[in-house]
Amino acid sequence: MLKELAKGLAFTMRQLLRKPITMQWPEEQKPAPTRHRGRHILHRYDNGLEKCIGCELCSGACPVGCIYVEPAENDPNNPVSPGERYAIRYEINLMRCIFCGYCAEACPTEAITLGPRYDLADYRRERLVATKEDLLEAWPGFSQSRGANPLGAGADQRGQAEHVPGVSPRVAWEQPDAESPPLGQAGVKQRVPSVAEPERRGRG
Amino acid sequence: MTANILDFRIGPDYWWVIGVKAVIILGFLVTAFAYLTLAERKVSARIQLRIGPNRVGPMGLLQPAADGVKLLFKENVAPAGRDRLIYLVAPGLATVAAVVAFATIPVSGVSTVNGYELHWDIAHLNVGLLFILAITSLGIYSIFLGGWASNSKYSLLGALRSSAQLISYEMAVAFALLGVVILAGSLDLEQIVTAQHHAWFVLLQPLAFVLYFMGALAETNRAPFDLPEAENELVGGYHTEYSGMRFGLYFMGEYINMVTVSSIATALFLGGWLPILPFLDFIPGVFWFLGKVFTLLFVMIWIRWTFPRLRYDRLMNLGWKVLLPLGLINVVITGTVVALTSS
Repeated sequence: MLKELAKGLAFTMRQLLRKPITMQWPEEQKPAPTRHRGRHILHRYDNGLEKCIGCELCSGACPVGCIYVEPAENDPNNPVSPGERYAIRYEINLMRCIFCGYCAEACPTEAITLGPRYDLADYRRERLVATKEDLLEAWPGFSQSRGANPLGAGADQRGQAEHVPGVSPRVAWEQPDAESPPLGQAGVKQRVPSVAEPERRGRG
Repeated sequence: MTANILDFRIGPDYWWVIGVKAVIILGFLVTAFAYLTLAERKVSARIQLRIGPNRVGPMGLLQPAADGVKLLFKENVAPAGRDRLIYLVAPGLATVAAVVAFATIPVSGVSTVNGYELHWDIAHLNVGLLFILAITSLGIYSIFLGGWASNSKYSLLGALRSSAQLISYEMAVAFALLGVVILAGSLDLEQIVTAQHHAWFVLLQPLAFVLYFMGALAETNRAPFDLPEAENELVGGYHTEYSGMRFGLYFMGEYINMVTVSSIATALFLGGWLPILPFLDFIPGVFWFLGKVFTLLFVMIWIRWTFPRLRYDRLMNLGWKVLLPLGLINVVITGTVVALTSS
């Protein structure tokens, strides 16, 4: 019996002297696998033009209807994308997204793929709607906020709620915007996911 | 006039000397409790290949402070059918019993300051060992009363187990200590330590040391004898219904008790403040004493995270059928040898 007891003690002592295998997230992070389906990325061409042409096929392919695309005509002198149109707004409701990758499959220009980022938790639901700026690949010559609506979702995350008076975080499809197409015609499902808006609820 | 007040003595000591010693020891015990919890978590983490608490302060060194604040601010949830007075008193008793037992443990040898004999224990009793045995037995009351007063079946089960366990182990522990007393010829802890000048009693009484250490593990409710708590069967055992700082007091009692039993084992078996080798005596005795105590504490933590809990009937079997006879044999052999050699 004593031998077994000593064996057990020796084992734990060996473990004690080994290096812990704990990873100190977020200071240390393990890279995601190359084909990991995390948060989406909107890609650019090598010359900086956005690959997205605002065709809304991703939105149509999405089984949960979490993608909202608002297309706009390109200015021929200063195009955003190589096609006729580009996405002036591109928003993904990450609370609704099931990370199936159908949007990437549907995309004719390979503009959207699912990336390695997985740390998507947040304290406020508004911030979980990723805007075009959040999703778009960075490019040195281009401003990240180019062409995006400052009233878009996640505005407070970028500090715009403090800087622009009257701006409150809200979801794209709840915004009474004359230019945006009515629901159901822009490829967005009729029963779109809605996000509670704290300010409005408080006032009501 | 002030000189007269300072001259007042309790026993051989000035009262203020006792006061100062008591404050120092109390401070040491509470600090030791705090950092023992951290050590327990760190060692267990490393054994399980984790890192352990490292966010509060450098290397998690302020974690005990954060824990203390948390416990103090937590709501005290108490069961409705409790016995109010006993429920309130029991956790305090756990801590008191653990702290008071430390009073007669000599931390270092007698030193002479200006012709004044300074003993390194709070109260110098010539029956110190008896006092310790009496006080440590009191600790069981806190567990039993707490379990009883909670009016909860899990608490009561834990308390019952605890009393059964303590009774079966106290005997073996007492017999183990008897061997030491026979060898040293005294119940005075200081004399017991000085009697180990040539050879520590752990060498002369290895069986007694093992018996005492097992009994100490049982007495402090630590694995593999942590049946009174048995968190996976009894939802915490006797302290199931305690929360906040009352729970904290129970744990304070348990951890201070760990320090106390380790100190007793150090004084009785490991030569107390005596250095390992005689030429190392330039290091003060306090450090030798603390070093031995901390080693024993580490072993206790190490054992806890290695062995699974014993089943209740096996624990009883071990106590009554193995440890008690071994203790008796040890006493008989020691007594015979001492009687033959001394005459």
